[in-house]
Amino acid sequence: MSSTGAAVDERIKETSRLRKALIRPELGAIVGTFAVFLFFIIFAGDSGMFNAQGVLNWSTVSAQFVIIAVGACMLMIAGEFDLSVGSMIGFAGMSIAIFSVTLGWPVWLAILLTFAICIAIGALNGVIVVRTGLPSFIVTLAFLFILRGFTIFFPQLIERRTIIGGIAERAAGDWLAPVFGGKVGGFFFDWLASQGLIAVFERGNRMGEPIVNGIPMLIVWALGLMVVAHIVLTRTRFGNWVFAAGGDAQAARYVGVPVARVKILMFMFTAFCATVFATCQVMEFGSAGADRGLLKEFEAIIAVVIGGALLTGGYGSVIGAALGALIFGVVQQGLFFAGVESSLFRVFLGVILLFAVILNTYIRRIITGER
Amino acid sequence: MSSFDHNPIVEMRNIEKHFGPVIALNGVSFDIRPGECHCLLGDNGAGKSTFIKTMSGVHKPTKGEILFEGKRMDFASPRDAMEAGIATVYQDLAMIPLMSVTRNFWMGREPVKRVGPFSFMDFTKANDVTMEEMRKMGINLRSPDQAVGTLSGGERQTVAIARAVYFGAKVLILDEPTSALGVRQTANVLSTIDKVRKTGIGVVFITHNVRHAMAVGDRFTVLNRGKTLGTAQRGQITPEELQDLMAGGQELVALEGSLGGTV
Repeated sequence: MSSTGAAVDERIKETSRLRKALIRPELGAIVGTFAVFLFFIIFAGDSGMFNAQGVLNWSTVSAQFVIIAVGACMLMIAGEFDLSVGSMIGFAGMSIAIFSVTLGWPVWLAILLTFAICIAIGALNGVIVVRTGLPSFIVTLAFLFILRGFTIFFPQLIERRTIIGGIAERAAGDWLAPVFGGKVGGFFFDWLASQGLIAVFERGNRMGEPIVNGIPMLIVWALGLMVVAHIVLTRTRFGNWVFAAGGDAQAARYVGVPVARVKILMFMFTAFCATVFATCQVMEFGSAGADRGLLKEFEAIIAVVIGGALLTGGYGSVIGAALGALIFGVVQQGLFFAGVESSLFRVFLGVILLFAVILNTYIRRIITGER
Repeated sequence: MSSFDHNPIVEMRNIEKHFGPVIALNGVSFDIRPGECHCLLGDNGAGKSTFIKTMSGVHKPTKGEILFEGKRMDFASPRDAMEAGIATVYQDLAMIPLMSVTRNFWMGREPVKRVGPFSFMDFTKANDVTMEEMRKMGINLRSPDQAVGTLSGGERQTVAIARAVYFGAKVLILDEPTSALGVRQTANVLSTIDKVRKTGIGVVFITHNVRHAMAVGDRFTVLNRGKTLGTAQRGQITPEELQDLMAGGQELVALEGSLGGTV
């Protein structure tokens, strides 16, 4: 009995490198990213999709998806969903508009207040889910309607309309607004233009300036959130708790993981990401609309699933989710560049979602040894 | 080492536990000494699970007292019991299959190293300790990144046991660790129990399989209908007598006769 288990089991085949590489949550998304780029280089390579404006165009759209996908990814790994993300985007934008335009408060105050309110709503979502033990699907579905309802009700009550503009004027000179609506790296693009590497305006009052004159803060936020979330998830003690809370909450509790706290924090983080999205959008458009963020919750979840996370929690990758979001953005904008009817984007979404879920289920079987 | 030179680590006296009108435990006494394997036997519904949950802090006893190293204790939560040194390995809730062995092993007590104002999980230490502790238990892992899902049922139990031992358990409660396992895996787990006992830890081994109990047990306590029927030393009782006690005596004797003594 003393040597039991010590010897290598002759019935376990040596796993090949390929199979090991397969057992990564990001695999599907990496392959998908290559496939998507290859496709559009072939079919839309000469359409301007890959010049500076084209790249900026799909990068910005992708970055929007990345911001909400990162939040949804962390939450899904912790074993929960948030269907109120889209409504929260609309709600947060409207909240900034009402505070700054209608009430005339400084924009920085409006932004900070909005963050506080939205993160508190995220915490409320989390507390209800943790305390009642109800599926987060139902709890956050309720907030999907509650928040959207308020987003339409308040501006109608106060301003008698559902779109509030004039934020750009209020934001001029504000110290916090550029953190969400500004651009960075302008000098670099000036230099590129002076070298003749990127296009410049050829007429008008901005003649000679590069058309792409900086990287929007939206993209900086997307990259920043992705890197921080990835490190927290894979390299820290808290990250281990996130995996544990989603993998098996009861087992995690038995060894002293504060499962309730972890889940509530992840709901708050998802709300934070939605608010970042909304703030960037409001600063870019200069207005808030009651219909903003529609369906974003599902798009975030799809990006996360394409990125290899399991809907049941406990497994996934932030990098994968970000790649899922990139695939999203590239395809959505790429179809436009390739001159394809844009409604086909939805067909593509449905198909790729199915493929991703099937692939994920297969990978999960390999990991857990189920048959 | 003889465990009778030592005082009990945990002593449970006349424990009663009522759930509303149901009396799940009706006066159970049990103690566990360092370095012994004390088997708790009983048929389904005898109150084994309720009893160990009382011992590990999940339930509060309705009546009776729990002494830990001679002092009266009131565990408010499993966490309290764990911190005192009572570790419980549950049959199916021990491990998270999708996570790596290392992540499971350290779950809830991850080692950290500080880099400036940030603290990161110390994976070098975590992996090394995990490999070493698993090797001591007789399991050579392919890699500490291996998901627990790829391990066999017996190996998963062993990871959970190794984890409890490494984190300084004084009493290890094993809830039916062998009931879902095959012959060979059962042998592995039993040999792990033996290794753990030799390090001076008191093992409470819950089972309804008399043969598994006889293989490693030093003492045997039988629970039936929420009461202890008595505690026997190794060598004072035969497997047949244990079996009879567990089943409540007479009916099984008749049944056994008709089955030709195969139960």
